Amino acid sequence: MHPRKKRLVIRTVIILLLAAAIGFTIYQIFNKDKTVATGDKAPDFVLTDVNGHQVKLSDFKGKAVMLNFWATWCDPCKKEMPYIENVYKTLNKKKIVILAVNIGESQFAVQNFMDKYHIDFPIVMDKNRDVTDAYHIGPIPTTFFINKDGEIEEKVVGSMPSEKYIRQKLSEIEP
Amino acid sequence: MSMVKISSICLLAAFILYTLATIIFTVAVTGKKFRNKSGENAGKWIGRFGFIVTIIGFIAQMGYFFARWSAEGHVPVSNLFEYTTFFSMMMVFAFMIIYIIYRNNGVGVLTLPIAVVIIAYASVFPHEVEPLIPALQSNWLKVHVTTVALGEGILSLSAATGLVYLLRVVDQSKPSKKTFWLEFVMYSITVMIAFVIISFSFQAAHYNEKFKWINEKGNEAVLVYHMPAIAGPYEGEKISGGFGPLFPSPSWMNGVEAPRKFNTVIWSLLGGVVLYWIIRLILRQRISAALQKILKGVNPPLMDEISYRSVAIGFPIFTLGGLVFAAIWAQQAWTRFWGWDPKEVWALITFLFYAAYLHFRLSRGWHGEKSAWLSVIGFVIIMFNLVFVNLVIAGLHSYA
Amino acid sequence: MSQDIVCDCGHKNPEGTILCEACGKPLKDDETKPILNMRYEGSARRSQTYKKTPIDKIWNFFSSVKVGITLIILVLIAVAIGTIFPQDVYIPANADPETFYKDQYGILGEWYKALGFDHLYNSWWFVILLGLLGLSIIVASIDRFVPLHRALKNQKVTRHDRFMKKQRLFGVTLSNSPEKQLEMAAKALKEKRYRVKEEDGNLFAEKGRFSRWGPYVNHIGLIIVLIGGMLRFFPGMYTNEVLWLHEGETASVPGTHDQYYLTNHQFIFQTYDPDDKKYKEALKDAGGAIAKNYQSNVTLYKAEGHPILGEEPKLKKVKNAGVRVNHPLKFDHYQLFQSDYRLGELYKMNFKLIDKRNNQPHGEISVNLFNPKRLYHLGKGFRIKLLDYFPDFYFNKKGEPASKSDNPNNPAFIFKMYSPDHPKGETNFIAIKKNLEPLGKNDYKMVLSGLKTRNVSGFVVKRDFTIWIVFAGAIIFLIGVAQGMYWNHRRIWLKRKGDDIWMSALTNKNWYGLKKDLHYLTGESGLSEPVDRLEEKIYRQERGMKA
Repeated sequence: MHPRKKRLVIRTVIILLLAAAIGFTIYQIFNKDKTVATGDKAPDFVLTDVNGHQVKLSDFKGKAVMLNFWATWCDPCKKEMPYIENVYKTLNKKKIVILAVNIGESQFAVQNFMDKYHIDFPIVMDKNRDVTDAYHIGPIPTTFFINKDGEIEEKVVGSMPSEKYIRQKLSEIEP
Repeated sequence: MSMVKISSICLLAAFILYTLATIIFTVAVTGKKFRNKSGENAGKWIGRFGFIVTIIGFIAQMGYFFARWSAEGHVPVSNLFEYTTFFSMMMVFAFMIIYIIYRNNGVGVLTLPIAVVIIAYASVFPHEVEPLIPALQSNWLKVHVTTVALGEGILSLSAATGLVYLLRVVDQSKPSKKTFWLEFVMYSITVMIAFVIISFSFQAAHYNEKFKWINEKGNEAVLVYHMPAIAGPYEGEKISGGFGPLFPSPSWMNGVEAPRKFNTVIWSLLGGVVLYWIIRLILRQRISAALQKILKGVNPPLMDEISYRSVAIGFPIFTLGGLVFAAIWAQQAWTRFWGWDPKEVWALITFLFYAAYLHFRLSRGWHGEKSAWLSVIGFVIIMFNLVFVNLVIAGLHSYA
Repeated sequence: MSQDIVCDCGHKNPEGTILCEACGKPLKDDETKPILNMRYEGSARRSQTYKKTPIDKIWNFFSSVKVGITLIILVLIAVAIGTIFPQDVYIPANADPETFYKDQYGILGEWYKALGFDHLYNSWWFVILLGLLGLSIIVASIDRFVPLHRALKNQKVTRHDRFMKKQRLFGVTLSNSPEKQLEMAAKALKEKRYRVKEEDGNLFAEKGRFSRWGPYVNHIGLIIVLIGGMLRFFPGMYTNEVLWLHEGETASVPGTHDQYYLTNHQFIFQTYDPDDKKYKEALKDAGGAIAKNYQSNVTLYKAEGHPILGEEPKLKKVKNAGVRVNHPLKFDHYQLFQSDYRLGELYKMNFKLIDKRNNQPHGEISVNLFNPKRLYHLGKGFRIKLLDYFPDFYFNKKGEPASKSDNPNNPAFIFKMYSPDHPKGETNFIAIKKNLEPLGKNDYKMVLSGLKTRNVSGFVVKRDFTIWIVFAGAIIFLIGVAQGMYWNHRRIWLKRKGDDIWMSALTNKNWYGLKKDLHYLTGESGLSEPVDRLEEKIYRQERGMKA
């Protein structure tokens, strides 16, 4: 190659590399908040319910899953619980699973809550908050709608407004 | 006699010997031409004598250092008094190295008095033998702090020599911007001296005055002033007798006991004005003009070279101690090697500044006067990091 | 097409050359200056030669040291401003960064925040500034290193007369036996460890050339440091997690993907003894205790196999350790630091069941605030049922008791007390400093009889693969500055002009040292010592003589 042409190529490469490095760094800074987002594979987990039975997310493969993260002290969680319960009662359990994950509370607190609000749908307890951390839960309640292939179709942060809303979302992921 | 007592006596001896050496070096250069006919350096023998006195002073200061070390059980560089004293010791050490290389008396004329003023300044701060908090309990305390002090000492020597250069070459026959700024440097030195005199005077008189105020942590506390309050605490309430305050400190000063320190700064600045004018009226000319007459004997290109060489020697040492060792220790003690703590940032600023100095000198050809001004500014940055960052800006280093 | 400049000596120099690379003849010279400017050997900076494409223009811009210094100073000013008010990571944890700066520092604080100084080191413009500084370092170094290397490689022994005369150190010796003197000079120079070359009876002695590469070595180091800083943003390169662990609890270490678990046995907080002879005075002045030690005694476990998230793993003990400040626990590229603590958090509360009528106690229960039981048997027909528990008690909008969180900051309980005389039970509501009987007057009551607290250790978990890159960069930087600063490039030329011997000498710094070499040289060879023309100039000026 002609030396001047070679020099131009080297200069171009160095300048572009630097520009790419700056661009990459800025991009990373603005996207550093880790989340589990729509389209991601829902991280698998095994947790125990109040009766001591183990529940494994991947066992529900082939079914759609609504995964709700909540705590007993959280008022917006309390608000949506009856809606979820009502939906659960009329659910086609062969196709759709509702599962709620309590964040880090005691057996007593969860059992007490279930009794008080007459909850029948399965609740598992994330004692060490490992699952909560893996799903990068910020404000609660947070609800994931997971399709039959285990991919997250939608993430709802905050209290869900009505039964109808939940049914609507569930119908979207129903296999 | 206790080790603490011995160490204080040694420090006092060093203080006196350095003062003596200053006088001897001044005599050695006064009125001499920088070369006589045969090219011999002026005042050679008097200078050798001055150097011997300096060595004895340095040995005395080492005596202070090791006696205090043994009294304290840890290396005595962990608070403002100890660090500042050690810094002056490193400055003298740097001077000794440069003297051995260059055998030049001109360097001593300003370096030693600055070291003396720094020791006096250090003595104002509390002297108690203090235990180490957990973060400081590390061998890196020795390594990091001593290397930084050595680096800063050598860099300060560059400023002292640069100042000699400026005093020597700046035209004093008529007032100019340059003479103004040189006088400003002289004024800054008188401020430091005034600070020492005022502090000791009020300490001797056991003056104090109390305020109720909301401290930097947001708690109600009592703040004791040891000087009459010109600036009181922000929204403070005086709960004892005494002078003032004339006005409150600004609310954004967030360092530990910031209003008291701010008040001290005001006293020092005012005291500096008084002291400066006393000296100036005695001399009947600018202080720098009077010094120029003394410094007629120094060799300007040589001063320029020494000033630059001090940066050349000091810069890598400062970088090693102030950034590399600092980072290694910070990783251990504070879990991260760099955390943008104000003291860290000001070490970086010092680094960047001297990097700029070297680029100006090596690539833009800034020699002589320009370079000397930069070395003086460098010293201002070092002092800023030593004085203001500790006293005014809150951070992890506020114990030191 | 760029034009080569052919010097009288026959050497072809690139366009822009100031001093001929081979013989040093000034090609573009300011005649009025008595001493030559020897910066970069008078070689042609590569970018000065042609300016065509936009890439070349960008290159030229960043090749300038002026631009480099400007960038250094901009960074300096930016970080200095960044220390005026605290960074957002250092403001109080409960403060809202949106309003904190304005509330605390007024209009200046508002600007500070608006301009991004509150998170300076993650602000886009600061990153760009550092990136441009990196670009400037690379471009300026390449642009100077290549021609400088060429110029130093192509040096000839015999230098042009004008080059010789216009050095700072220059002298002429009238010699009776020039050959002999030059021979002795060569010997003396070799003794001083110069590399001596001869050509046509002329001498060229050089030492310490490698110090000229120092700046380029240290710039490579800086670039590596900057790359290390950038790599921190690469996924997997940098882990920084916080773990709060109560005494007696075990949890997976965050950031280790559930591979490691940690049990916190005990947190120890020690202070200096206020009666310690050595520190008595200082401790009195401090007005409180001074911390001596923060330590967590822990056991580290490794999970066997790859447990699914949430599964109780089989744990294998790795080691016991006392994690202290300055002494992190190290395992598998991770470091676990003792970084924070909370002392005396509520753990268990004890209550006694008391018959109000005769103050007779009927046993005691202990309620674990983190995992309460439903039923507590006291024997003899007495038992307590926990109806409800509010770890962080308050009255909600409806006036019902509720909990703000699951932290036992303000625990409250509703007990049902069963006794032989009240088989249907009585209800008692207990909170801190509250004891209510919501369903009518009771014969029994629950009374707080004891508290058990425990400490919490705050750990930081780090894994930082960039450390080694940054560290390597820093070491290379230091080697580079030492190389450039602690060694000097000295050169001495001796040229025969008939019976005269011309001598010039040059160094990149430390002229004093060079003069000492020359002093030795002249002493050994009988040549006359060259004059320092810079000193001479000032000497003459000050005596009113002509320069």
